[in-house]
Amino acid sequence: MTAHTSPDGARHPRVGLFCTCLVDTIRPSVGFAAAKLLEDAGCEVAVPPQTCCGQPAFNSGDRATTRALAEEMITAFETFDYVVAPSGSCAGMIKTHYPELFTGEPDWAGRVERFCAKVFELTSFLVDVRGVTCVEAAYDGTVTYHDSCSGLRELGVKAQPRLLLSSVEGLALEEMKDADTCCGFGGTFCVKYPDVSNAIVEKKSANIAATGADTLLAGDLGCLMNMAGKLQREGHAVRALHVAEVLAGMGNAPAIGEPAAREAKR
Amino acid sequence: MSVEITTPRFKDNAKKALADLPLQGALSKVGPGFIGKRAAAAEKLPEFDALRDSARDIKNHTLAHLDLYLERFEAKAKEAGGHVHFAVDAAEARAIVTDICKRLGAKTVTKGKSMISEEIGLNDHLAAAGIQPVETDLGEYLIQIRGEAPSHIIAPAIHLNKDQVEADFRRVHAHLPPERDLSEPTSLLAEARGELRQKFLAADVGITGANFLVAETGTSIIVTNEGNGDLTQTLPKAHIVLASLEKLVPTLEDVSQILRVLARSATGQDMSVYTTFSTGPRRPGDPDGPGEYHVVILDNGRSSMLGGQLREVLRCIRCGACMNHCPVYHAVGGHAYGWVYPGPIGSVLTPALIGVEKGRNLPNASTFCGRCEEVCPMRIPLPKLMRHWREKEFERHLTPATQRFGLGVWGFFARRGWLYRPATRLAIGALSLLGRTKGRFAALPLAGGWTQHRDFPAPQGDTFQAQWRARQAERRAASGRGVH
Repeated sequence: MTAHTSPDGARHPRVGLFCTCLVDTIRPSVGFAAAKLLEDAGCEVAVPPQTCCGQPAFNSGDRATTRALAEEMITAFETFDYVVAPSGSCAGMIKTHYPELFTGEPDWAGRVERFCAKVFELTSFLVDVRGVTCVEAAYDGTVTYHDSCSGLRELGVKAQPRLLLSSVEGLALEEMKDADTCCGFGGTFCVKYPDVSNAIVEKKSANIAATGADTLLAGDLGCLMNMAGKLQREGHAVRALHVAEVLAGMGNAPAIGEPAAREAKR
Repeated sequence: MSVEITTPRFKDNAKKALADLPLQGALSKVGPGFIGKRAAAAEKLPEFDALRDSARDIKNHTLAHLDLYLERFEAKAKEAGGHVHFAVDAAEARAIVTDICKRLGAKTVTKGKSMISEEIGLNDHLAAAGIQPVETDLGEYLIQIRGEAPSHIIAPAIHLNKDQVEADFRRVHAHLPPERDLSEPTSLLAEARGELRQKFLAADVGITGANFLVAETGTSIIVTNEGNGDLTQTLPKAHIVLASLEKLVPTLEDVSQILRVLARSATGQDMSVYTTFSTGPRRPGDPDGPGEYHVVILDNGRSSMLGGQLREVLRCIRCGACMNHCPVYHAVGGHAYGWVYPGPIGSVLTPALIGVEKGRNLPNASTFCGRCEEVCPMRIPLPKLMRHWREKEFERHLTPATQRFGLGVWGFFARRGWLYRPATRLAIGALSLLGRTKGRFAALPLAGGWTQHRDFPAPQGDTFQAQWRARQAERRAASGRGVH
């Protein structure tokens, strides 16, 4: 598919939005926020039918299922100029791990490589590829930002979300201690080793609370659900949102784990 | 100390560790103690990352030509008057060491820190043969008098606090005046030093590990911060070096490259306090040194790792950076891993050495946060190698049945999008309705692992894909109306 050109001559790349299975099922608002940010950045957004990038199978040692899901993912998205996910974990899974799933398959080698080259995590796509430096959004509050592991270490996502957040009107960023330390989610890890996972997220929750921030942001819904769930269980009044929601000006919707009725309040 | 393998009970070990307050107190210092120091050391050395690449390449080259370098090492060590012994497994290594000690009529042996000694359970074996092993590294000494395994590969007693050490010293050093003051770390150190000094002088044989074996010169190298290794290896009649075969490096130049990343990664020091080179026994005219010099090179399954993915783990130089940066290690400490090697490196190495059946918990007990790989001076892809074990486990049907079943059901749907999408819509719609009032669940069937410790958010409503399609349809309808 070719990029469309608007009447003013600007190129509109076609972006396939991979919403991720968690956003699809638990928090669709993140998908809409991502779509808005992409459209504001001059992209034409489409959401082809999709399931999962295969990471749960990959990290459970089930290579055959992973390979099958990767093939579906590539087939569904390879005609786009870019593939963007509001998750460093899923984008990292595709970009850094898909190639090894097809080793020894010469028919796939070039195809997978070409595909992976156009896969991006949302905030790094906006900043590094589209050159976005500010967003039109306001958020009245102090936020703290957790660096999710895969995005940080596999894709180098660290400065990009902070740059964009600095342009949000009314928003103050208060960094937490050990922002780049794992929250203990780890996909299936958190249910396979619940006690260890809990010990890790307890530390994270204490670091979040210590900032005095009223809002926790991150770029991965899995980590956010883990941290939000812990904060809520411990009785902290910290709202947890995906960074895309705040950047898209949708930060006042009910936060993760909040009842829908809250909407009217803010 | 011969260690009982409790790795299959990792979950219980972890639970106990999490409830152990003195341990948690000690563990809370691991991260702050090591992470900042390593980062500062790396920051100060602009070529640090280039040195890591170079260190990786040196070891890759060595492992690709290991037979050649082993032969070379053996020849050069013999030339210098030393003896080289090859041990296929732990039993052979123990027998070689015990035979040397017996031949020399040894009553006590002093020991520098050696992970291989832990791996082969040497101390119990020596004791059974009537030979008293005395650990001389302070941390190793502490765990020896407590009958424990090391909980960290460079700081074996990191799980202990000062009060515990004082209590142990009062118990074990009963010949010293009970009213003595042991309230300060320095007084504890002075007491250990006094006790060990006599052991150094009385020892018949000294056993150390090796950080490197240099093929070009037949030299073994140890790095320590206490100087105990030097006394261990120079004072007795014989010095026995215990090393696994991947400790080989081709040249002294290569060692100097790797040494530059070793201490920086481990403790943030530029260099350890002592770096000691041993080549052969005492020569005529030497002021000191052992009468005999033996190197025991242990395989214990490593040569079978050379041919596959696990070869990369043989680059490890045992700096401990992976565990210093591991959130799981920080939470449960080293003993929970249930054998000799804890942390991420233990999670990769342990299944290779004790079998994936017994070791399967360890590569699973990782969040794959990737911090270990990020700091590993030898650039070992530890998460990838843990995943390798998960794949082996899955292939061999060792995964617990419930997990396998769950994964199977999920995989069945995820591979059939036409089924997956309506099925998730249905399930999510129901869950959303149930959780609408509170916005979250404090308990959920089949998700006890999650809700035991944290709430689970209620889904917002319909799936994103369904809502998106509906929105697109509206948009099309709207633009259609606009046209006509």
